[in-house]
Amino acid sequence: MQIPLDNDLTKRYREQFGAAILDAVEDRKQAYLVIAAAQLAEIAGYSRDVEKFDLLEDYTAVDWPRREKRFDLVAILYSFPHNLRLRLKIPLADGETASSLVEIWPTANWLEREIFDMFGISFSGHPDMKRILLPEEWQGHPLRKDYDILQQDTAWVRENLGIESGQ
Amino acid sequence: MQDDAAQNQTLLGADELVLNMGPQHPSTHGVLRVKLKLDGERVRGTECVIGYLHRGVEKIAENRSYQQFAPYVDRMDYVAAVSNGLGYCEAVEKLLNVEAPPRAKVIRTIMTELQRIASHLVWLGTHALDIGALTPLFYCLREREEILKIFEKYCGARLTTHAFRIGGLQYEAYDSFEKDVERFCKDFERRIQEYVDLLTGNSIWIGRTRNVGVLSAEDCIALGASGPVLRASGVKWDLRKAQPYAAYDQYNFQIPVGTNGDTYDRYMVRMEEMRQSRLICLQAIENIPAGPILGKVGKVLKPPAGEIYHSIEAPKGILGYYIVSDGTTQPYRVRIRPPSFINLQALDKMARGHLVADVVAIIGTLDIVLGEVDR
Repeated sequence: MQIPLDNDLTKRYREQFGAAILDAVEDRKQAYLVIAAAQLAEIAGYSRDVEKFDLLEDYTAVDWPRREKRFDLVAILYSFPHNLRLRLKIPLADGETASSLVEIWPTANWLEREIFDMFGISFSGHPDMKRILLPEEWQGHPLRKDYDILQQDTAWVRENLGIESGQ
Repeated sequence: MQDDAAQNQTLLGADELVLNMGPQHPSTHGVLRVKLKLDGERVRGTECVIGYLHRGVEKIAENRSYQQFAPYVDRMDYVAAVSNGLGYCEAVEKLLNVEAPPRAKVIRTIMTELQRIASHLVWLGTHALDIGALTPLFYCLREREEILKIFEKYCGARLTTHAFRIGGLQYEAYDSFEKDVERFCKDFERRIQEYVDLLTGNSIWIGRTRNVGVLSAEDCIALGASGPVLRASGVKWDLRKAQPYAAYDQYNFQIPVGTNGDTYDRYMVRMEEMRQSRLICLQAIENIPAGPILGKVGKVLKPPAGEIYHSIEAPKGILGYYIVSDGTTQPYRVRIRPPSFINLQALDKMARGHLVADVVAIIGTLDIVLGEVDR
């Protein structure tokens, strides 16, 4: 279902950023670009200002533990003027940091905190890089694939809730 | 030197005070904790502490089959369960490359619009209650009850309905479905007028909501705020029109917009949305196409490897599902874009400079559900 994409939009991105656009794919009529993490901030800025993707609709990550670059950051962009969506995928190795998009889209603030909370990916330049949904002292990042569904921070549960297990 | 100047400035206003609001506070609609930085009665900054209701919905999704996960989405925004279900079912259908039959689409549209009215009624009742108007809550719950009765007759559940199935519907509409919807819609016009009489021209209501929590269109887009919040700031944009799904392309309806982006405008926008939803329902029951209600989907769902993003206009804003399939019966990753979570981020911008009592109005006007914020 994945076919290479070569429309005007991707051509413009390729012209602008060359080798930083690693791939352009269409999957079930939806387009995404795979881009290099080093150029993330420039590409994001260009997307907002020139291509008019003014809304960062969602920002999340996917864990592929067997890949060399383990994570994919996925930014879902929407353009109000063009009524168009585009996804940016940013492959990232474990321990690598990505540049924060808060300056470009303020909505990234909580979304990046959630990615940090769930995957342990940190963002450089984020104004308040800490957990958002889980308690701050919690150990582990639950949406990583090696975090079992029954796993929990038993020490935290025992200490803070006064029970043996939250299950 | 600078420190001295700063100290002198705050001397008269006294020191900043940090006040905890919630998590057990009736106006936070669940378990939201807001740390308010106060200068006297003025809010100088806010910090939301969330996660008290975190259940790890996205992790659960990775350990369930596609069908098994469907009931879980109802438990995010539990006052608009039908809308959650619609978004999820349509996303998986797109992933499978199947489509629901026309009859299913129309019934889905009717149910979802009824749910939008029900969700807005809960918002209106509790929002007015927070600000000190007790009566509208009883009126709103009275009308919501009628909608929940229709849901109950349709699928047996009132709140977490699991009304739809991947590929269409499980249940055929019951015999007097159209009649019930019509009766509700006919009656509802008069009911909305009752809320209008109670609130719209009420000087206390206007005083508490006008120019409170103003968000400009640019702020809304930058902060990702969507739904009625965005429209009240003057952006005429609705996913039902911009990228129609279900059967919305078949019906005439207007997108109400505000001008000031304040709490009063958001009230007016949601009131008009209820009227428009009512009109959509009336148009839809006129002609529900005959035919099957479930498309051709297997008992075992194995979407080909790949990914999809699908979003709908839920009562609270853009509700999106990003689903990655690895070709097995369980999703590899399900990401839910929760409108409440992202709209709540605008709280800080909206509350700064206002009084503590206005924070209550602002939380109410954002129409958040903590089940969805925390997931």
